[in-house]
Amino acid sequence: MVQLNTPPESTAPVSVDALYAEADDWHVNAGGQTIHAKRIPGRWRTIKWALASVWLIYLLGPYLRWDGRQAVLFDIPNRQYHLFSVTVLPQDFWMLSLLLLFFAILLAVMTALAGRVWCGFFCFQTVWTDVFTWIEERLEGPPAARRKLDAAPMSLEKLKVRTIKHGLWLLIGVLTGFSFVAWFTDAPTLWRTFFTGQANGAAYVTVALFTVGTYVLAGFLREQTCFWLCPYARIQGVMLDRSTIVPTYDGRRGEPRARLRRTDEGTRTTGDCIDCNQCVAVCPTGVDIRRGQQEGCITCALCIDACDQVMDKIGRPRGLIRYASLDELEGRSTRGLWLRPRIWVYVLILGLSLFGILHGLTALDPLELRVLHERAPLFVLQSDGSIQNKYTLKILNKTHEPLAVRIRAKGHDDLRLVGAEPPIEARPGGVTPATVFVRIPREALEAEQQPIVFRIEAERATGELAVTERESVFVGPEPRSD
Amino acid sequence: MADPNPFPGENNTGHVWDDNIRELKNPPPRWWMQGFWLSILWVIGYSILYPTWPLGEGPNRGLLGWTQIKEYEQGLARIEAKRAEFEDRIRDLSADQILADPGLKQYTLASAKVLFGDNCAACHGSGGQGNPGYPVLADDDWLYGGTTAKLTETITGGRQSLMPAHQTMLTEAEVDTLAHWVVAMAETGGEGGSEAGWNLFRSKGCVACHGQTANGHVVDLPNGDFIGVGAANLRDGIWRFEPGGFESARHTILYGVNQKDVPESRSAVMPAFAQPAGKLSAQDIKKLVVYVHSLGGGR
Repeated sequence: MVQLNTPPESTAPVSVDALYAEADDWHVNAGGQTIHAKRIPGRWRTIKWALASVWLIYLLGPYLRWDGRQAVLFDIPNRQYHLFSVTVLPQDFWMLSLLLLFFAILLAVMTALAGRVWCGFFCFQTVWTDVFTWIEERLEGPPAARRKLDAAPMSLEKLKVRTIKHGLWLLIGVLTGFSFVAWFTDAPTLWRTFFTGQANGAAYVTVALFTVGTYVLAGFLREQTCFWLCPYARIQGVMLDRSTIVPTYDGRRGEPRARLRRTDEGTRTTGDCIDCNQCVAVCPTGVDIRRGQQEGCITCALCIDACDQVMDKIGRPRGLIRYASLDELEGRSTRGLWLRPRIWVYVLILGLSLFGILHGLTALDPLELRVLHERAPLFVLQSDGSIQNKYTLKILNKTHEPLAVRIRAKGHDDLRLVGAEPPIEARPGGVTPATVFVRIPREALEAEQQPIVFRIEAERATGELAVTERESVFVGPEPRSD
Repeated sequence: MADPNPFPGENNTGHVWDDNIRELKNPPPRWWMQGFWLSILWVIGYSILYPTWPLGEGPNRGLLGWTQIKEYEQGLARIEAKRAEFEDRIRDLSADQILADPGLKQYTLASAKVLFGDNCAACHGSGGQGNPGYPVLADDDWLYGGTTAKLTETITGGRQSLMPAHQTMLTEAEVDTLAHWVVAMAETGGEGGSEAGWNLFRSKGCVACHGQTANGHVVDLPNGDFIGVGAANLRDGIWRFEPGGFESARHTILYGVNQKDVPESRSAVMPAFAQPAGKLSAQDIKKLVVYVHSLGGGR
């Protein structure tokens, strides 16, 4: 880093050359050069594959079955969301907001503790790019060979290799799109209909978009996505603090860096870094970790593997690049995990949202009732002298069976419910409206408004009684004073 | 500028001022430029396929021939096709049969809501709550009967009742007695009418239209229906003409209803809605009958 800021009391002009020197130092990776990262085995490499395999759930999840249907199915046309034994209807979607809250805070807490864990290990952009470059390496060889092939003129051999590579990339793209669609429609049916041209048009459009998206993002844009397209890369930067552990180069130990000379190991005055550039060579985003925390670093820890390997070879201790916090590197005392108030707040929100979701999933009522009180007219005088109010009941049947729903009303001794016989046939998985009238003799009314409680109940096939209640209001004329 | 670049190897444009101030290159990323050119290509393709360029009479037509009106009409046709299925089913059914079928009833109510708003709500209110001079449709007090048959008759042919003006037939005292009697009847559910009032009601011919028991039924039929001429039921608390009460009743007795030569006479006319006099088809009327019947007091 070039020192730009002269002290305020100094009147010395800023040197123009210094400005240009800084600009020269300022490298922006804007995709002009393809980054061919070296792949080496190591501890973090293994962890990376293990964590990336979480995405197998995405690819295989749609084929799980439960009770003769897809275990997890987001059935948008029917507005039903099946999660194993639970069926969630749009009316229960408040749980989705809790779920989103949960994952947002989980992202925050992970980042506050250990940096961009999501970016480095879980993000689909990282994982898919990893798989794409793995294929590239199998076909085209190590980075040097790939750079050579990039520069080589088109030949039959190059064409062959490239065709296979792009073919495989596109295939993965199709599979990605196909797996996505399979969460929203019955997967076996999709397999049968998709390749015979009988599937829904939306399925083809989605698969096409995913294929192109996967191919372009993981095949070509790669780290450019993290640099310039992804908002999370920027958002997560503000979640780090001094006690966050991230893959860091220990400058105190490493500097001044110097090439390895065989003779002076006992008396050397240089740091542990031998400037072998292995950490840069393995970096999938092409950054130099020795420059410190920077926007391009997705904290994938592959440089730790590279550096440890070199340290082993030259007989210096591991950990020149390691997961460490700024406090630790600067020799400050490090705070324990539970002494950080931020962790408590995160855990509290995580716990509450998780509790809300679990409560929601376990306490789903089979029946739900909404009551709309008619406003025009609010009430009507009947010929027998009673006051009549009209209500539209919206009965939501969340079960898979049609239910014969009996309607009751209470709230006044002389109340009479009209229009509730015979029981309403409530269709499964949807709302059935029913119009009922409540009559109360005018003399019996003591107030202009009084609460009325509607209660609906239905017997399920299991013999269980589903019951729910909802309060509404009964409106009448001003009571006579006499 | 003719000089060779004094800073070779630096990422500059070759523009140098004052010996050492030069313009550096900072081009947008290649993928960004590719996206930029692609979006221009997109605009060209789009403007060939869709109306885009303003020409004299309007935009170019576009190869796909798409217009908003066409899209709107297609959407409308889709809805009509969906409705046609229900319309066909209710065409051969009576209003009573529709009322007995929850699914068809639900469709009919939704569909007739618009018809009601267009044709009925101006006088009878958006929810059938009535207006001064126009009967409430949400109650169970019907001048001409609340069965589907009677409702069909009413909407089809309209209604116009007559009540003679009694300003020359009755004395002031008799009118007052009758008006007090009407109020008492209304307030007590038909039980509290004075003997003098009942005598006048019977002797002055009121029974001919309002019925023996003053309930507005000329003849009660064994099936629960009745024959009537639109005379009000005087035994319930529902007033035909607002605001009700003594003065209101007195006014009606004095000047009658729909008397052409009495300027103060009450007006109570409902036009015929069936084609060709009105604008409703038999199907529309059937749907409206179901709707009105379900407002709260259908018999």
